Amino acid sequence: MAEGTHVPIRKYLTVWLWLFILSALAYFIDVVHVPAPWKAILLVVVALMKAGMIMAVFMHLGYERLSLIYAVVAPLLFLVVMTIAFLPEGTAILGSHSIVAP
Amino acid sequence: MATAELSLQQEFHEYALRSPFKASWQKVMMWVFIVVDALTFGSLLVSYGFTRVSIGTWANPAEVFALHIGGKEIPLLLIAIMTFILVSSSGTMALAVANAYERKKKQTVLFLTLTMLLGLTFVGCQVYEWTHLIMHGTRPWWNPYGPPQFGAYFFTLTGFHGMHVLSGVIYLAIVARMVANGTLDRRGSYQLVEIAGLYWHFVDLIWVFIFTMFYLF
Repeated sequence: MAEGTHVPIRKYLTVWLWLFILSALAYFIDVVHVPAPWKAILLVVVALMKAGMIMAVFMHLGYERLSLIYAVVAPLLFLVVMTIAFLPEGTAILGSHSIVAP
Repeated sequence: MATAELSLQQEFHEYALRSPFKASWQKVMMWVFIVVDALTFGSLLVSYGFTRVSIGTWANPAEVFALHIGGKEIPLLLIAIMTFILVSSSGTMALAVANAYERKKKQTVLFLTLTMLLGLTFVGCQVYEWTHLIMHGTRPWWNPYGPPQFGAYFFTLTGFHGMHVLSGVIYLAIVARMVANGTLDRRGSYQLVEIAGLYWHFVDLIWVFIFTMFYLF
């Protein structure tokens, strides 16, 4: 057990179960037609929860040194911010695509 | 005098090589790759979101990816099944890593093989999905469901992700072989399984965002 990071199997199984529940929840949110702003917010929250669990437990990031966690999570947080920040900018050129009709 | 200098040199050498991450270079390099690859996927998703907002209209993925079962149309069923398969494969991969720590060769190979099979099933579903859409006339420049960009982003996003799954299956096959034929025993470390696991979980992680941003929105 000297090598690597040891995560108890129970923890893996718990996260596995949660991933199934959250995936089903995301599908459910889409199927029941949640009204506009809430659907987006709920879906993003569920996706980030799933991502956090996968990274923290399955990828053992929660068991690594803090410096490695910062090195990995900081650029990815910027990525999430950038993704959301760029969306409203799209409306600035709304309708300027030459081909849109199916 | 000479020995003192030597030990000083040795001390410096150890200092210079000490990792701030307290992790092996193999693991750190995999993390570097993962962050870089995440940025690649991120740029695809940013440009997808930007394009979709700037067009204003889009295809309805719930209808495009519906399955007809018994005369009823169930929205996004195939995608839900694919998500289920990929999450399952992440679980079996985690179990493979857990067994590798305990150096249980047989179980490690078993769970790696299960993970590979689930990965191949996922790719199979994707082949079915692509075939279905292509048969209905979807091309990167045109499709019957919405603006042409819908087809372009569909092929780019799912294709790029599917290639990652396929590469992962090949990667796991090589690792499973190394576990089975005792290469890792001779090396004295099973860390390779954990590092392959990092890659596999990352591919699942990317699917979480493609599933959310491309299929559910």
